[in-house]
Amino acid sequence: MSEAVSEPPAEVGTFRRTMRRLLREPLGVFGLSLVILVVGAAVFADLLASAEPSRISPRDRFLPPSADHLMGTDQLGRDLFARVLHGGRIALLVAVGSTVVSLLIGIVLGLIAGYGPRWLDNILILVFDALKSFPTVMLALALVTLFGPSLTAVVVVVILVNVPGYARIIRTQTIALKSSEYVTAAQSMGASPARILRVHVLPNVVGPIVILASMDIPVVIAIEAGMSFLGLGVRPPTPSWGAILNDGFANIRESAWIVIAGGVPIILTTLGFTFLGETLRDVFDPRLKGRG
Amino acid sequence: MTEIVLTVEDVEVTFPTGTLIDGLRGRPRSIKGVAGVSFSVARGETFALVGESGSGKTTLARAINGLQPVSAGHIEFEGKAVEGQDRAGLKAMRRRMSMMFQDPVGSLSPRLNVGQLIAEPFRIHGVEGRDLRGEVVRLLNLVGLSNDFAERYPHQLSGGQARRVGVARSIALDPTLIIADEPTAGLDVSVQGEVLNLLNDLRERLGLSMVIITHNLHVVHHVADRVAVMYLGRFVETGPTGEVFRDPRHPYTAALLSANPEPDPDKAHDRISLPAEVPSLLNRPPGCEFHTRCPWAREDCRTRVPRPEPLGNRMISCHYPLEAGAKPPERTPA
Amino acid sequence: MTVLAVSGLSVEFTTEGGTLQALRDVSFEVPERKIVGVVGESGCGKSTLINAILGLLADNGHVSAGEILFEGAQELTTLDPTSMRALRGERISTVFQDPMGALNPVLSVGRQMVNVQYRSGRSKAEKTARAVEMLQKVRIPDAEKAVNRYPHEFSGGMKQRIAIAMALMMEPALLIADEPTTALDATLEVATIELLKELQEEIGCSVLFISHHLGVIAELCDEVIVMYAGEVVERGDVRDIFNDPRHPYAHRLLDCDPARQKGLVRHLPTIPGEIPDLRARPEGCIFRPRCHRAEARCTETPPEIVVSPGHMARCWVAEVPERAEAAR
Ligand SMILES: Nc1ncnc2c1ncn2[C@@H]1O[C@H](COP(=O)(O)OP(=O)(O)OP(=O)(O)O)[C@@H](O)[C@H]1O
Ligand SMILES: Nc1ncnc2c1ncn2[C@@H]1O[C@H](COP(=O)(O)OP(=O)(O)OP(=O)(O)O)[C@@H](O)[C@H]1O
Ligand SMILES: [Mg+2]
Ligand SMILES: [Mg+2]
Repeated sequence: MSEAVSEPPAEVGTFRRTMRRLLREPLGVFGLSLVILVVGAAVFADLLASAEPSRISPRDRFLPPSADHLMGTDQLGRDLFARVLHGGRIALLVAVGSTVVSLLIGIVLGLIAGYGPRWLDNILILVFDALKSFPTVMLALALVTLFGPSLTAVVVVVILVNVPGYARIIRTQTIALKSSEYVTAAQSMGASPARILRVHVLPNVVGPIVILASMDIPVVIAIEAGMSFLGLGVRPPTPSWGAILNDGFANIRESAWIVIAGGVPIILTTLGFTFLGETLRDVFDPRLKGRG
Repeated sequence: MTEIVLTVEDVEVTFPTGTLIDGLRGRPRSIKGVAGVSFSVARGETFALVGESGSGKTTLARAINGLQPVSAGHIEFEGKAVEGQDRAGLKAMRRRMSMMFQDPVGSLSPRLNVGQLIAEPFRIHGVEGRDLRGEVVRLLNLVGLSNDFAERYPHQLSGGQARRVGVARSIALDPTLIIADEPTAGLDVSVQGEVLNLLNDLRERLGLSMVIITHNLHVVHHVADRVAVMYLGRFVETGPTGEVFRDPRHPYTAALLSANPEPDPDKAHDRISLPAEVPSLLNRPPGCEFHTRCPWAREDCRTRVPRPEPLGNRMISCHYPLEAGAKPPERTPA
Repeated sequence: MTVLAVSGLSVEFTTEGGTLQALRDVSFEVPERKIVGVVGESGCGKSTLINAILGLLADNGHVSAGEILFEGAQELTTLDPTSMRALRGERISTVFQDPMGALNPVLSVGRQMVNVQYRSGRSKAEKTARAVEMLQKVRIPDAEKAVNRYPHEFSGGMKQRIAIAMALMMEPALLIADEPTTALDATLEVATIELLKELQEEIGCSVLFISHHLGVIAELCDEVIVMYAGEVVERGDVRDIFNDPRHPYAHRLLDCDPARQKGLVRHLPTIPGEIPDLRARPEGCIFRPRCHRAEARCTETPPEIVVSPGHMARCWVAEVPERAEAAR
């Protein structure tokens, strides 16, 4: 007997129940707290850090942490605490923004591939596979040579990397639902393909993909940091964790604080989102376990 | 002169199967789910389709609704051809011809609640000027569900309750034809009676026509005007229900009727037992397709293909129609 | 020995409109090598009963009282999920009302039938051979080819027979079947009943069989349980129930069967009235609002009356058969 299928689908509109179950899992609570911390810090960056993140102050170079500078200063005398908080803002904006955009594109393409005519499906699959087989670094380099290093380049890379995966998952589920009796029933009532996809297919396929996407956020943060570290992403003087890390490495002999200031937030954010995502996935849909 | 609502002429539906290799080996690359059936349904008439599971009843129903392209033949609903309709044409048609599906829970979208499910037809056809909430309540009450069911989701319904939601939805837009695929499977006899009486009332009041597919022969006996018995995608016997039930002339009909389980633990069953092996559509038997299981089969049944012939009020595809009350001959094992 | 003993079982669902009591004080036994049928109004809790036995109640449901003893040893209401899953895989198997629910739409039928045997230790080829053999047993034509096909390529009835094949493949001690023959035509229905009986004798298992088709129940079952609105109102030997029903609901139910209508009726008989709201059960006898034999004492909870050994009815007037009363 396959068991998963005989269970009723997760109750609809169960935000509170999900939260209750999430809060029963220690890892989930830990992840959630980290995420709240990181998001809170980014949102209230201006209030928390009084210093201006890009203000250069040559007299204050390489200061260790103190009451004035909670995390010390970097090689240009900029306040690291302010830079880290504002960098977090950029990291989260890029991560959440580009993930949401990838999700939207992935869902639309996946639905079209799964429900549309066969030839369109074949073309889309070909495009997804081609994109997937392209190494991320190469893609990034290619785009940067095209557009020059910028935030846009980072976002475009992330979208190109994420969309094929999301679209494929949506497509597979859509194909499975296409022959289901409730979709046929909707057809028999005269519903248009657009309505069928919106009302009868979409709500049944988005759940897992949203959870998978939330687990991709740390990956995106790493991509942004990595590209900025390599100088392909956010341009100075805009603060970014990757750029801070890079400064830190360049000046590791003078002060170790810079590397720590750039590295720890990346680690905490990654852990937070990963734990939260994994717990959510288990709570929502045990069938997805061992995936992603 | 009764008005004909639905005409089905020599309809065939094929499904692709097998691979190119099969094709090269001379094996069929497609199967005929429906292999040439003809009938018509008059206004206010109830036409029943019975027959072997897998004999193509659902496929035929889907073809009538335009969900399944036909590979040959012609279907006409209210004077218009179903096949070759564009999307707008089909949509208009489907408003007047609704379908009830075999799987009561599976045909309800799992993330919509009952209220939304019943409102679906109104939304799809953009029926203006009606109070949706009021319509939903009216329909719920019509099928014997209380108002608070509107908030429930399909997985919170019992099979029978889900079935009633399906009924409510199919009568929402006052159709002229309902194609009901197993409308009472999963209902207890009392609710089954209610659903059938409800459909019957609508038939009487609105002149609704029905094509009803069911395995429950007792139901067919009481509600259908005419019945068609399907075997391997063809009609083997068609005729007025009472007559067919009283004296079945095709051996398969006779076997089907004799198999019908009776609610009496001590009833001695005098069944016409058929050999188990149901032929595959990939490999249709030559001659009369029923000869492999027919207790009365004669030599020429193996080679000669029977055509549907009129016999009184009926159409029968059999070289040697049974006499009333015929008993199967003693079989000599081949 | 009894394979399954349910005693005092109550199940509640939490819904927006309050607590819904889907089962109340349900007790019965499934003896070894016996087929026990369950009949009753749609929505009376038959599937809920099965889900409670299998530990598969929906999230908003829970067992509020009673116990379920399996093979005299395991108490299923308190069993941990892991052992429950193992039990479901090996000792108890199920065929559900909805054949599509038991089959995964994206895996071929053969693949699923091989997966079911993951504990058997057979080789892949043997597992496939066994799958083909089971498909032949339930009369799927071209079984060797059918294993490579996907569920939607089969008719409703074929899917149901495949589900039966999968359930019986593990030779369970208890087979639970929730309306397994509704999708089958009469000849196959009869064949499936016979097949079930045959396999049941061969494996020596017990069967809990739910059906709305009274003819099938009469033909297949040894014992019958009649349920109404979450309660067992009558139970006994199949002959007792069909020939001498004592609970007015059981009596009405049998009377509604189209098979029992003499002559042609366009308008089929039904039981007037509606099932009570399970969130606010009426006091006393649950069937009282619809019962034509209701008396003053029916406002009190009726006792379980033993009509004859093994035949009981939960009704104040069960001692007097309806016909005898009518004659008075
Ligand atoms: N999409 C498909 N692809 C290939 N074969 C199909 C498809 N759909 C149906 N078939 C085949 O067509 C035949 C008729 O199926 P159909 O569902 O119409 O039967 P049915 O008479 O409704 O049976 P039941 O009473 O069991 O529901 C079956 O042999 C089935 O396997
Ligand atoms: N998850 C749920 N939440 C709330 N109510 C439920 C839930 N599942 C079932 N119910 C209710 O419990 C009652 C019993 O349902 P159940 O599915 O057990 O009926 P059933 O006897 O199997 O009916 P049928 O013969 O129609 O399949 C019904 O009134 C149903 O609406
Ligand atoms: Mg069918
Ligand atoms: Mg049920």
